[in-house]
Amino acid sequence: MSTALSAAVSVDELKDIAKRVRADIVRMVHAAQSGHPGGSLSAVELGVALFWNHLRCDTANPAWPARDRFVLSKGHATPFYYSVLAERGFFSTELLSGFRQLGTPLQGHPSMNAAPGIEMSGGSLGQGLSFAIGQALAGRLDSLDYRCFVLMGDGELNEGQCWEAAMAVPHFGLGDRVIAMVDRNGIQNDGFADTIMKTHPAEMFRGFGWKVIECDGHDMAAVDAALTEAKRPADQPRCIVAHTVKGKGVSFMENNPGFHGKAPTADQLVQALAEIEAGL
Amino acid sequence: MSEPVSAATREAYPAGLLQLVEDGVDVVAIDADLSVSTMGYQFGDKHPSRWQTVGVAEQNMVGIAAGFAAAGKTPFIASFASFLPGRCFDQLRTSVAQPKGGLSVKVVASHGGVTVGEDGMSAQAIEDVALMTTLIPFDVIVPADYEQAKQAVVAVGKTQKPSYVRTGRPKVAGIYTTDYRFEIGKADMLRPGTDVTLIACGVLVGVALKAAELLANESVSARVLNMATIKPIDREAVIAAARETGAIVTAEEHQTHGGLGTAVARVLVETTPAPIEFVGVDRYGTSGKWDQLLDYFELTPARLAQAARDAIARKR
Repeated sequence: MSTALSAAVSVDELKDIAKRVRADIVRMVHAAQSGHPGGSLSAVELGVALFWNHLRCDTANPAWPARDRFVLSKGHATPFYYSVLAERGFFSTELLSGFRQLGTPLQGHPSMNAAPGIEMSGGSLGQGLSFAIGQALAGRLDSLDYRCFVLMGDGELNEGQCWEAAMAVPHFGLGDRVIAMVDRNGIQNDGFADTIMKTHPAEMFRGFGWKVIECDGHDMAAVDAALTEAKRPADQPRCIVAHTVKGKGVSFMENNPGFHGKAPTADQLVQALAEIEAGL
Repeated sequence: MSEPVSAATREAYPAGLLQLVEDGVDVVAIDADLSVSTMGYQFGDKHPSRWQTVGVAEQNMVGIAAGFAAAGKTPFIASFASFLPGRCFDQLRTSVAQPKGGLSVKVVASHGGVTVGEDGMSAQAIEDVALMTTLIPFDVIVPADYEQAKQAVVAVGKTQKPSYVRTGRPKVAGIYTTDYRFEIGKADMLRPGTDVTLIACGVLVGVALKAAELLANESVSARVLNMATIKPIDREAVIAAARETGAIVTAEEHQTHGGLGTAVARVLVETTPAPIEFVGVDRYGTSGKWDQLLDYFELTPARLAQAARDAIARKR
């Protein structure tokens, strides 16, 4: 069998990778002069810990039937997603410079199989958890023990379909097969989530029968530990609610709704890269 | 050769699924709390591990089906046509139609059109064909009787693309025997004719056959085509009808905007312009028994015959 996971990567190494991913994100959005940096920067630790230490995958065989699946349900966070896939080795990092440009496989929102590792199309929010249920049910029918990890945004949780799916996961007994992750950055397209539509992700998932694991979404060790806990065999499905900062790592983007979907200028890019390198 | 079966087309759904399993297709089927009406439960009774109900949650159902398809299964989903696609069009577009050029999800929507009957306008889907024909990779099929519906379910289960099959609630007269072979994209000429062609789908096929009888009484020779596949439409059959009869009537239990009539008209204007009359449902409905509703909406042999006379009168 192909290698499931390489040896565990240390937290220090994960932090270095996270820096590279953050730099990729701001470069990509700057080059395209469009895209979504805020909700990409907030998800970096979740994605890096997952892809390097927890997701069972084989970059040389991305269609491996027994692979774990990662579904980017908050489909606008493609800069983060594409960077993680490239840095992890699914495709060349050279592709990142074409992000959002004519003819690229790396569209503004993900297009399934356009590049290796892209498991699902996205862009219309609220659909990833349902997709993961189907994949998980198929895995159970085929006696494959893969897991499906779904990354959702807290603004995305406004969509009713999320809750149709949230009630179905425990109902179908998919506790060991579907793991939800919420990037709780508190900001959505039009502003702060508490003013646009207040959600209570932890309480809501608990109410739907999930065990909720809360963590600081930028503490790499804490995220890594949360993923380890989420993977422990149990009947009850697990949802990681990661408390994050939108735009994390770039001072003028942090907690700034204006950078949900806006590109930095050339000067701002220079500043952003310096701050990321310094590890703000 | 057996006699044609008279039954509701929705009754063919579980029969088609059972046939697919027999044929070795890795089918799974999902319902959304209407399985007693879509008849999906009959498949679930036989193959419990291959059947799920998701509760009243059509959007989730579509997403789950997409996941199944991505994992290599052949998923079917069923509900009423008013909710599927009505309640989950975006999910059909984003989670099914767009990924990989179309995930192989099979939508079988029952209770299509106004013949759903007493439940009234909210339950009477007259938009579904228009919606589904806009989803690029989808085939769209409206079978006319039990045998054709069963074979359509089997046929779509053996393609690698997404499909929409609309079935109906009421029992309709059988047209085809088991010797019939349905082919996606192929119209059936049920009656030859030279003066006008009645092109119909679903329940209206039986109505068109009766209209042709009326016309025959006045020495008008009406061809009847069962155009079960709306997309891809059988262009050759439409072109031949225009060339050989010179006048067209379309008839459907659907709005004339975006359904069978629109698809036929496009072929005509692109290839063989000919007078065309559209018979369909262009207003919201009311309660009533299904056959009363056909009268109420003038989906009748008399109306089709009049449309045929009107089309013939416009010939040059």
